Amino acid sequence: MSRDLSMRVWRGDASGGDFADYTVPVEEGEVVLDAIHRLQAEQAPDLAVRWNCKAGKCGSCSAEINGKPRLMCMTRLSSYEESETITVTPMRTFPVIRDLVTDVTFNYEKARDVPAFAPPGSNAGGQFRMQQVDVERSQEFRKCIECYLCQNTCHVIRDHDENKPAFAGPRFFIRYAELDMHPLDTVDRRQMTQEHEGLGYCNITKCCTEVCPEGIHITDNGIIPMKERVVDTKYDPVFLGLRIGRRKDRRPVGPAAGSGPSPIKRPGRGTSAQPAAALAGAASVTATSTGSPGATGTATLAPAPPRSAPAGAIDKVASAASPDTLKTALPAVGAAAGVGLLAWAIRRSRRK
Amino acid sequence: MAEPTNVSEQHDYDVVVVGAGGSGLRAAIAAHEAGARTAIVCKSLLGKAHTVMAEGGIAAAMGNVWPEDNWQVHFRDTMRGGKMLNNWRMAQLHAQEAPERVWELEEWGALFDRTDEGKISQRDFGGHRYARLAHVGDRTGLEMIRTLQQRAVDLGIDVFMECTVTRLLLDGQRVAGAFGYWRETGSFLTFRAPAVVLATGGIGKSFQVTSNSWEYTGDGHAMALWAGASLLNMEFVQFHPTGMVWPPSVKGILITESVRGEGGVLRNSEGKRFMFDYIPEFFKAETADNEQEADAWYADHKNNRRPPELLPRDEVARAINSEIKAGRGSPHGGVFLDIASRRSAADIKRRLPSMYHQFKELGDVDITKEPMEVAPTCHYVMGGIEVDADTQAAKVSGLYAAGEVSGGMHGSNRLGGNSLSDLLVFGKRAGESAASYVAGLPSRPAISSRDVQAATDEALAPFSNPGGENPYAVMKDLQEHMQSLVGIIRKGEELELALKEIDRLKERAQHVSVKGSGRSYNPGWHTALDLRAMLTVSECIARAALERKESRGGHTRDDYPQTDPDWGKVNLVLRERRGVIEIAKQPLPVMPDDLKTLFEETH
Ligand SMILES: Cc1cc2nc3c(=O)[nH]c(=O)nc-3n(C[C@H](O)[C@H](O)[C@H](O)COP(=O)(O)OP(=O)(O)OC[C@H]3O[C@@H](n4cnc5c(N)ncnc54)[C@H](O)[C@@H]3O)c2cc1C
Repeated sequence: MSRDLSMRVWRGDASGGDFADYTVPVEEGEVVLDAIHRLQAEQAPDLAVRWNCKAGKCGSCSAEINGKPRLMCMTRLSSYEESETITVTPMRTFPVIRDLVTDVTFNYEKARDVPAFAPPGSNAGGQFRMQQVDVERSQEFRKCIECYLCQNTCHVIRDHDENKPAFAGPRFFIRYAELDMHPLDTVDRRQMTQEHEGLGYCNITKCCTEVCPEGIHITDNGIIPMKERVVDTKYDPVFLGLRIGRRKDRRPVGPAAGSGPSPIKRPGRGTSAQPAAALAGAASVTATSTGSPGATGTATLAPAPPRSAPAGAIDKVASAASPDTLKTALPAVGAAAGVGLLAWAIRRSRRK
Repeated sequence: MAEPTNVSEQHDYDVVVVGAGGSGLRAAIAAHEAGARTAIVCKSLLGKAHTVMAEGGIAAAMGNVWPEDNWQVHFRDTMRGGKMLNNWRMAQLHAQEAPERVWELEEWGALFDRTDEGKISQRDFGGHRYARLAHVGDRTGLEMIRTLQQRAVDLGIDVFMECTVTRLLLDGQRVAGAFGYWRETGSFLTFRAPAVVLATGGIGKSFQVTSNSWEYTGDGHAMALWAGASLLNMEFVQFHPTGMVWPPSVKGILITESVRGEGGVLRNSEGKRFMFDYIPEFFKAETADNEQEADAWYADHKNNRRPPELLPRDEVARAINSEIKAGRGSPHGGVFLDIASRRSAADIKRRLPSMYHQFKELGDVDITKEPMEVAPTCHYVMGGIEVDADTQAAKVSGLYAAGEVSGGMHGSNRLGGNSLSDLLVFGKRAGESAASYVAGLPSRPAISSRDVQAATDEALAPFSNPGGENPYAVMKDLQEHMQSLVGIIRKGEELELALKEIDRLKERAQHVSVKGSGRSYNPGWHTALDLRAMLTVSECIARAALERKESRGGHTRDDYPQTDPDWGKVNLVLRERRGVIEIAKQPLPVMPDDLKTLFEETH
């Protein structure tokens, strides 16, 4: 039942790289990560890749497989034609460290901004009481395994390093939503989510939701209600009347991270993610080699991980939000201007 | 290698915690809150440690579902599950403090599943008399690690991610720091710290079929031994009864015990619920001997005895092993675990969502319609660093250990759910003790440049063997030998053979070479370095297994099938002297009389 699989794997580092072609023997039932492991054990012992649980629980092995952001451990080889070459590239939104490993420090820095859950008091002796129905909404977001595929897919930062400082990304919007929907939390992060974390930049294309391996309804259950709640703070008393089970006496807070050196330590360089110089060039390379629509890079620091976007989610990113639309769309999606768009998005999500 | 070997990157801390799983994070939080300058070091990204994979729950006698539950019952269950070889004091502290540690998680933002009254819900697990496991569906470990991680980040504790510690540094007989490398760049760094807490987890990567990830190479166990500390109970390795068997790529991946806790049953190829044939004398009084009583137990724990599927893990794993050996296995060499015919599809999806997902995606099996195929998988090591029960201090000053890397708490067999609670209870204690040790030091220890140079040379050695063997080949052979010779059922001559093989592998490991692009994120190099710890730990397991001539808990000897009361009075303790691993018997600490009375009643 064993067969030979053709693989193309991007090999290189921040200074550049290229595809390498391999033929890997694979067995029935295997996933892409198995093929990568066999490659590593038998042909390319220095192939850099992250993994841990091999069961979709830890979110380490994120990559782009034939252009789609996926977990390698949950991608069955049988979901491709036997004759198909499987191409594996690193996540594009983050700077490459080596091969399939990217620098995801960006996310850990954004996590520092989140003001922690603030309980109403001590829980010594277990006095907190919450009903299952009231915790379920936040529980959905706590399923997040921090694979950062949603961040990788989000067009606000995917080809726009310049947006990173002002934008936390879908992973953190559901974190803010989770805290806002927590039945016992006592602080109000809505203003800061909008003003500091860039919630307004999101124009609800739902690409993040489509790549979430946990099936979290990031947009419908997290981002859209969060946008409504933000609007709520600005235009009290009501907007769309969707305020569910929220404590009224919450204290507004700003970002939590102080200005000192970051506690997230990484080797020999600054703490914030460096601009993806090597990656920025790839678009034009791929645009010609795979002819993917909408990829419009200009620099030519080839070769580097391709920005191939053959199908599905990424396809939509490219068409729904080409850099031009983005530039005009972004400022327009502020809390106030977002109302129209919101109504549209809600209609759209209800249709689904 | 032409690269410079001097280590320019140095960091000063009071307490360095090696490991960012539940125990490491909890220890770091405690040390920080006690005022110590604290750092966490971990091999993977923050939030990816093994703890994230835990499924079933955290055992704590909160009494939310069964008010009859209390710490004494939990203590008794834990000791009996470990076949009385546990350190009684650790088992006591664990049972007493687990509830507070769980409530504290809730105060930090964890959202557990709820009872109708709005309290934390608790579920049944093997060996626990009452439903006792706080849980979130079957992703409890994720909830726990995320809560602790978010707490640590909020407190601003320094985290060194993707950084591997390879050696502890000493000043005479006490800890002075640790040495390691950045995985990303391969550059070296030293931590100057008077106290180190090891929270590195387990050793499962030494076996072929395991639920454990690449991280479980036994680094903490080995580093402690090399630094002069002792290891305890290393013969006791837990083979979880239910690992996936098909397709081959997922062999060993865990199926949570919650499947049985929620009503799942084991059947052989004849459709028989075979666990009724394997109820040991020790648990007869509390185990149902017929299906009717077993099924009634789920709704009424008081008037029925528990189903034999929920016996402790060692019993269930051995039974499955026997059924397969007797030719009554499933097509792919396991047995059947059936929840489909016992619970509604909606219930299964709600209570066991990640199991449903895992089988659907990886095995093409819909567990709401068909049974799963399962077989034992190497899961957990009961053995570990010998520590003081109250402070988690190891036998070297300034060294502490918590979580799976520490030994004693679980005796010869761990009950499900007792690991996550162990991490919290003893993580906190270890962090506090380490901080107070440092606060009380009259002078700070110094690290010696000779030691740093030696550690550097050792780490670079694989680069100076051009044309040597592939480290992955050595690792694969070690895993095969451990699986076949030191696995779930053991024999004297096979253990002797295993020790010979380990010697040979040690020789081969000296000559592995690293190929490719230097020191930056080079997994071949990392594997070459991991082999040292894996081989040390494997030798410890095999030596202790050869020495213990009885069967008990996670150690089953075909040639000594009985449990021997004399062996029930001793632990085996391992130390290294001049490169040689020595083994000694050590009497168990004596349980006080008031606790002994808890074992007199029979249920
Ligand atoms: C699939 C699965 C399901 C489980 N389910 C349950 C359950 O439901 N209930 C339960 O109680 N238990 C369960 N367990 C067991 C439990 O999860 C583990 O025993 C526990 O999480 C171990 O925690 P820890 O803090 O000791 O180590 P880990 O969480 O494994 O963390 C170890 C840390 O040490 C770091 N580390 C290791 N070596 C080095 C080094 N050399 N240098 C730097 N850092 C290092 C690692 O990077 C990691 O951060 C399960 C285990 C598995 C595998």
